[in-house]
Amino acid sequence: MISIDHVSKTFGDVRAIDDVSLQVGRGEIFGVVGQSGAGKSTLIRTVNLLERPDAGTVSVDGVELTALPAAGLREARRGIGMVFQHFNLLSSRTVRGNVELGLEIAGVPTRDRVRRSGEILELVGLGHRADAYPSQLSGGQKQRVGIARALASQPKVLLSDEATSALDPETTRSILELIRSIRDELGLTVLLITHEMDVVKTVCDSAALLESGRIVESGRLVDLISTPGSRLARDLFPLGPVQPRPGTTVIDITFSGGTADRPVIAQLARVHGLDVSILGAAIETIAGSQAGRTRLELPGSAAANEAAIADLRGQNLLVEVVA
Amino acid sequence: MIDVNAPGFWESLLQVLLVGTGQTLYMVGVSLVVTIVVGLPLGVVLVGTEPGGILAAPLGSRALGRVINRTLDFVVNLGRSVPFIILMVAIIPFTRLVVGTFIGSTAAIVPLSVVAIPFFARMVEIAIKEVDGGLVEAADSLGATRWHVVSKVLVPEAMPAMILGLSTTVTSIINFSAMVGTVAGGGLGDVAIRYGYQRYSVVHMVAVIIVIFAIVMALQAVATLLARRFARRGTVSRRSQSLLTPGG
Repeated sequence: MISIDHVSKTFGDVRAIDDVSLQVGRGEIFGVVGQSGAGKSTLIRTVNLLERPDAGTVSVDGVELTALPAAGLREARRGIGMVFQHFNLLSSRTVRGNVELGLEIAGVPTRDRVRRSGEILELVGLGHRADAYPSQLSGGQKQRVGIARALASQPKVLLSDEATSALDPETTRSILELIRSIRDELGLTVLLITHEMDVVKTVCDSAALLESGRIVESGRLVDLISTPGSRLARDLFPLGPVQPRPGTTVIDITFSGGTADRPVIAQLARVHGLDVSILGAAIETIAGSQAGRTRLELPGSAAANEAAIADLRGQNLLVEVVA
Repeated sequence: MIDVNAPGFWESLLQVLLVGTGQTLYMVGVSLVVTIVVGLPLGVVLVGTEPGGILAAPLGSRALGRVINRTLDFVVNLGRSVPFIILMVAIIPFTRLVVGTFIGSTAAIVPLSVVAIPFFARMVEIAIKEVDGGLVEAADSLGATRWHVVSKVLVPEAMPAMILGLSTTVTSIINFSAMVGTVAGGGLGDVAIRYGYQRYSVVHMVAVIIVIFAIVMALQAVATLLARRFARRGTVSRRSQSLLTPGG
């Protein structure tokens, strides 16, 4: 649905994004994570050409935006909603007025505008605040208006530029739930950028890690968590740094889907006679299914534990020897 | 010297004041309308043609945008730095061209507008620069044209600050209108000079000051009220808020 192909953008001598390619499938929620300065914002802004790339092409729904003339681009942008970190609502307009902005721009007749804005405000749960001004709303409510505005002209794609970064954890969760339910209801394709791994965990189907303008890793979350050495997977289950003790082996076991309920530790103790210590564990719901990671300390060197590790791997568990 | 005790003094004072006030309001009112009609777009173009602005490249030419910006900036600075009394005399040929004469209240409207337009354009420029660039981006993301951005985002969002700028502009138009007696424009300033100064009538002088003060206060009150009404809708920038205090 969204196809970013070898896109680069330079500001002065800074390569904000460097030869980035990315595919987002229809109906998918795709998260781009990275630290501030990694180029996330620039990347998402190239999708609707708020930032025109120096090189590469961007296509949305089969239309190559980078090849469109100004009028065609404006038309295409009406099919791409965008939500901003600081909401960017017009203070001179009511909630309803803000939601209708895009419809006015598109030349929708008043009667249809009123009907449409009413519907969409109900959808985001703000039907009762239609006549309020943005200054009278909480941050979470403002972002709901932002989402309603982006969705009013029935776009197929929603871009979210750090939409929850200015919100508290509780509100963040409710906004993410809203995005997810809207995706389910309207079949929207969502591309979001964030610096919070929690956002990816809560709402995304796929993710990419952006570092110094380059994509280091990307894929579906369910695949990433069973990929050895995946940094995204490691960040999804932060187990902290390893502090190895001499004469022991530390392993990380990742469970996902059908392997989540295996009695691994009991098995290691019983079958291999190992005194296992648990150093850390994290269980998360990722992309709608349970997944987890456990860090275990086994007595003896890695070589001595080879049989036990092979046994675990034989059960389709992802085992990484970390120390 | 005018004798306060002479028969018919107060009647004639009232008569003179009424005519003067009428002329002042006429000149200021029409100048104000002209100032808004010309100054508002001028201010928008001034901001828009700055590098990175929405009109930075009119007709696709960045160079043209720069030329327009520099030219307008120069003209605005020129207009604001020439003392009014000199400007009024200097543009007599232009005034003649527009009104047919350079004498009288109607003719005085031309220099008054000419001096107020750059002033107001700067006010508009400042007000629009205060509008968060994110709002323009939001409109862009919705497929807005430049005209949409100006008419639906920049001007409405800058409204409170522009209204306050306008009230400052009116005050200075009133101020300058006191000088148009020089070209027989009449008005309250002329009354003060001819009766109060040249004929030593303290009563006339005081009366004119009171009337002008009342007009300015009334305008200020209306502007503040309007700005508050617009501002209440949203977050008012700190600058606009400081302008909200009387005398700002």
